[in-house]
Amino acid sequence: MTKEILSQFDRTIDAGEIDKFAAMAEEWWDEDGKFKPLHRLNPVRITFLRDHIAAHFSRDPVDIAPLSGLNVLDIGCGGGLIAEPLTRLGANVTGLDASERNIEVARLHANKMGLEIEYKAAAASDLVRCGCKFDVVVNLEVIEHVADVDEFMKDCTSLIKPNGLMILATLNRTAQSYALAIIGAEYLLRWLPRGTHNWRKFIRPSELAGLCRKNALDLAKLCGFRYNPFTSSWSLEERDVAVNYIAVIKR
Amino acid sequence: MSNIADISADILIVGGGIVGATLGITLSRAGLKVTLADRLAREADTAKNYDGRASAIANGSVNILKGIGVWPDLEANASPIWDIRVADGHPLRGISPLFLHYDHSDVGKSPFGYIIENRSIREALRAVASDCKTLKLVQSANVVSVQRGPFGVIAETESGIRLSASLLIAADGRGSQIRNEAGIKTRTKMYDQKSIVCNIRHERDHAGTAVELFLPGGPFAMLPMTEHRCNVVWTERIDLVDHYMALPEDRFLKELSQRFGGWLGKIDLVSQRHVYPLGMLHAERYTSQRLALVGDAAHAIHPIAGQGLNLGLRDVAALAELIVDTARVGGDVGSNNVLARYERWRRFDNFVLIAVTDSLNRLFSNDIGPLRLSRDMGLALVDKLPLVKKFLMRHAMGQVGKLPRLVRGDAL
Repeated sequence: MTKEILSQFDRTIDAGEIDKFAAMAEEWWDEDGKFKPLHRLNPVRITFLRDHIAAHFSRDPVDIAPLSGLNVLDIGCGGGLIAEPLTRLGANVTGLDASERNIEVARLHANKMGLEIEYKAAAASDLVRCGCKFDVVVNLEVIEHVADVDEFMKDCTSLIKPNGLMILATLNRTAQSYALAIIGAEYLLRWLPRGTHNWRKFIRPSELAGLCRKNALDLAKLCGFRYNPFTSSWSLEERDVAVNYIAVIKR
Repeated sequence: MSNIADISADILIVGGGIVGATLGITLSRAGLKVTLADRLAREADTAKNYDGRASAIANGSVNILKGIGVWPDLEANASPIWDIRVADGHPLRGISPLFLHYDHSDVGKSPFGYIIENRSIREALRAVASDCKTLKLVQSANVVSVQRGPFGVIAETESGIRLSASLLIAADGRGSQIRNEAGIKTRTKMYDQKSIVCNIRHERDHAGTAVELFLPGGPFAMLPMTEHRCNVVWTERIDLVDHYMALPEDRFLKELSQRFGGWLGKIDLVSQRHVYPLGMLHAERYTSQRLALVGDAAHAIHPIAGQGLNLGLRDVAALAELIVDTARVGGDVGSNNVLARYERWRRFDNFVLIAVTDSLNRLFSNDIGPLRLSRDMGLALVDKLPLVKKFLMRHAMGQVGKLPRLVRGDAL
């Protein structure tokens, strides 16, 4: 999300910047702050991730560490809002973000929380070059930001181990998503900085299905998210994929 | 840097009493790593004379104890309450004819709850706790310093053990040092009453009947126990307590008999006499950064309704549910979000019981003629209003409000 905007200001990190990162980490992790909508969405997303990963690898989802021993790659990890919970659930997580700043923030926070997470300021293609493979690739709200969707999907595919899993979330290109994600979230509610999203780059489920076919992936499940403004909470909505949706993709 | 004496866990509970141990077992059953620090030495709190009290365990609390697998160890020592009789009385004039009668068949087939000696509860909890793999019991652990920060908490014991966790839970009783050092203020009131507590053995069967007589000095309760015994909670004016405590046994028994009436036949004293001061306490907040208060550390009430421990166990069930639900989505169990939800969930229920027990005691612990008459009529009136009576019973049984899963009898 914000990573593209932040990456414009990226430069090499020096020690004097650490305080700034600490302040940014606080912002990322403040449950009532700037990223409040993400914090609200998080339990719903993690529940979905946990249940589908656990089912795929025959684990009990309410076990205290249902993902233990699984290698998980979190592409576009931001401040670590997904990487940290997955680590607590037992996974060995590698967090990837294009922004050096985000990575520094995420590292700082994980360190303070006493969590071991491998953070890298890199792109998916960098990992492909080193031949890394993961049991699970987590790809949340990233694909609508990348320059070359075909190339990106190819890279992601080659990062999944055979019989592995990818969980991908993005935004549908519909009138509703324009109204809610652009006008609502960026202009009216100011949840996100203006220009965070480019509606034209949103991906229709049919287009995602096409990308999966091209890479010999099995699009096993699609599910929507619905926001209830009265309770300011999110819920999974099996049939409504008009705005935010999430997909289980098997290799 | 870490050394051998460091113990790190998800949750650190200070206070290994009934509430603290139940919470520790509950969280550990769900797989969380728990350190339970108790200032007492091993077995000190299950010694015969450590605690003479028995507790009324409401059905909701029974569900919690069943849910965490403690009940099988307790059942043999639990005496069901099938009948509750509440009456206005006077030691010399006898029992007022107008009285309130609760029969369990008014609300269902199960008993109202059970009377269990605190010592038996502690023993059962201790036995189960020693089987919990992710629960570490640290005894003789006097916590001397606590550092709470945005990312976690570290406590240090007198003997130099450092205990770290994501969340600190204070279950260290009404005088909670953890609460006081966190600067959480309390609203308190000491009653000018004390409770004399003892066990008696009696000739006839109590048939599971709990009796509470409202005497001028305070409520006098006879709680049915196993083996033809009753636990007596005799609440009396503070200036008379020393006198009764100092009486030789035969004269003490005579005083008891006068209050008991003859319905149980001949009675014998089968325990020490214990005295407990009575006070009401409510913490202004139940939470602070990386800290939650449970049980008596958060609230203490008059024993008039036998609800103190039940409130504490409801705290346990609510907090455990929030923590476990958070842990299951990989969340930070000590986050402000968890703490704020706990505070919201528990404050109202606790407040209601504090207010109700305080006013009941004020209404009944006196000998003012008109008040006597009106409360007698009030009791009789409640007896004639089935809906009001049912609500009061269900509340006393822990079945009112949004209930935690464990209280409802569901899995955590």
